[in-house]
Amino acid sequence: MTDGWSVARALTDPQSAAGLEPAGWTRLLSAARALSLIGTLAEAMADNGVPAEVERVLGDVRRSNIAGQRQALWEAECAKAALATYSGKVILLKGTAFAAAGYRAALGRSIGDLDILVDRSGIEQVEALLLSAGWEWVKPDPYDDAYYRKWMHELPPMIHASRDRMIDVHHTILPLTAKPRPDAAALIADARALPSGLFVLSPADIICHAAAHLLADGDLSGGMRNLWDIDRLVRQFAAEERDFAERLADRARLHGLTGAVSRALRLSQRLFNTPPVFRRKPEPGAGAEQSGPGIRLSPESTSAKRHISDALFLRRITAVDGWGRKTRKLTRQAFFIRSHALRMPPLMLARHLWTKWRMGRRD
Amino acid sequence: MRHSCFITVGPARFRIGSDWRAPIDLLRSLYRDYPLEQVVPDFTVRLQATSALRRWIRPAVSIAGDFTLPDAAPLPLSQALLAAEMAMNLQMALGWRRHLLLHASAVSRGGRAVIMTGVSGAGKSTLSALLGERGWRFLGDEFVLLDPDSGMIVPFPRPVSLKNAAIAAMEHEVDDDDRFGPVLRDTPKGTIRHLRPRTEAIGLMTRETQPALLLFPRFGEPRAVRRVDEAECFVRLTQASTNYVALGERGFDALTHFVRSIPARAIDYTDGEEGVEMVERLWSEQGVKAAA
Repeated sequence: MTDGWSVARALTDPQSAAGLEPAGWTRLLSAARALSLIGTLAEAMADNGVPAEVERVLGDVRRSNIAGQRQALWEAECAKAALATYSGKVILLKGTAFAAAGYRAALGRSIGDLDILVDRSGIEQVEALLLSAGWEWVKPDPYDDAYYRKWMHELPPMIHASRDRMIDVHHTILPLTAKPRPDAAALIADARALPSGLFVLSPADIICHAAAHLLADGDLSGGMRNLWDIDRLVRQFAAEERDFAERLADRARLHGLTGAVSRALRLSQRLFNTPPVFRRKPEPGAGAEQSGPGIRLSPESTSAKRHISDALFLRRITAVDGWGRKTRKLTRQAFFIRSHALRMPPLMLARHLWTKWRMGRRD
Repeated sequence: MRHSCFITVGPARFRIGSDWRAPIDLLRSLYRDYPLEQVVPDFTVRLQATSALRRWIRPAVSIAGDFTLPDAAPLPLSQALLAAEMAMNLQMALGWRRHLLLHASAVSRGGRAVIMTGVSGAGKSTLSALLGERGWRFLGDEFVLLDPDSGMIVPFPRPVSLKNAAIAAMEHEVDDDDRFGPVLRDTPKGTIRHLRPRTEAIGLMTRETQPALLLFPRFGEPRAVRRVDEAECFVRLTQASTNYVALGERGFDALTHFVRSIPARAIDYTDGEEGVEMVERLWSEQGVKAAA
């Protein structure tokens, strides 16, 4: 069992760590930290007996968790105040959303940047309001700036001058160059209001966004944490939301993310024993529905192909050792290349890499 | 990793892994008086080759671990001790949560501590090393740990990182050659040589002391002493702390209590001898006041 897998096991079955020797704990803690899951592990172990020297470390982590979430929620408050005159919905995404909505996925989760979603028609007003409230551009390079504005699903990142916290302002949940085109208007229309006046996505859309972020964007470097989010959210939504499975299937189809959502659920089931949401449908149409446009590695998915590509994803996601080092360099590189292939058609990718390479040489 | 060791400094436990054997041997030698047995560490530090090729050809050490800075420049293998020191400092600065961390040096006498803080180059490190050879207990030259619950100072007496002119001054002060590490030339910080604290100071490193005097020393200026009020102390110490914000309310409470409970002076001094003499003088003045 690799150290990535041992983190997954410790999260799902905290008792399984009880027999660890000091060296085993050391490896587990380092791997969990490298996967950004140390906070989650600390909460999972909160009611378990652990050796005193492990408790020292995990106790500190739990203290950091409290401070981190307080800071993240405060940052959301600051954004809300800055956007008071904006009449559209301000929708929190990812970790801040889980914490603000009180979802169990927030327990121990590290939260970095503040991610918000607003309607594309209001993005210029939002940008101006944030700039006048103390946020500044992080990337002064004109190429990067133009690239973000033309092709990305978000504004170039901004940082608050005095609080040193980043904000990502999204107008949809995938880059405009990606093949799936999520329905941003539907995401915003279905968002749920919080008592604070801020919004979060509907439960089904939250899962769609998490799956899109994991599989149709990026190189899976935060993959295990994303899947842990999905596991916790699915467990909670399946228990608390009416017709969650149907809603999720509908929304995934609407956003063109059926393949990504299905795969995310399969992966989290393999890693964390997430209970299945979709029952296998016997009718012939079901196969086509399972393979959506989100995944290009396995366009026609016989179950065997799917099994092999799932194994590749898991190989990437668990690629960390007991020193917190990334392992399996080739696999990681393959997924890095894939992340670019997903974002851009080949010609555009070639032009982008050429520009970036020249920028790199200039520096 | 291929080579590794464990080092405990004060309350902090480190696991250090290396792609090469030499840095681990050097660390074991420099830290020979510290507890080196295997523990579940607070932090993992990695001294790793920047690439597979750079393990052998012009070997370069990248500084990595639980906490890293994205733009940390690699160092040549001959400066691996400095790489280890920087990596361990980084773990403390970014990761330590049990105490309020002040970028400061400290010494104590009779169970009461003098804390000296200032920007790099202000002389706090050398001054603490000098006092540590002249009857004071050395508590640390880089980080002072303040316990938010008890208000006590927790020692962190890692080896002193002597720079440039301070090396000769301390070589003159310390007879025992064994306490010095190798001379590291042409580092990003100039020439560096580590000095292991006296064995007694390391042996007492788990014993906390009460803060008694806060100093803001400045080396190379004409002699002067200035009273520093609570507000200025507070602001300067928030800047000198790496985890003040991360500790939230605990950090605020600890720091306000700290600046209210002890007197503070800014001292300018032209050389080490004058610095030591001024600390001794201020110390005895405080002692008289405390007794009165």
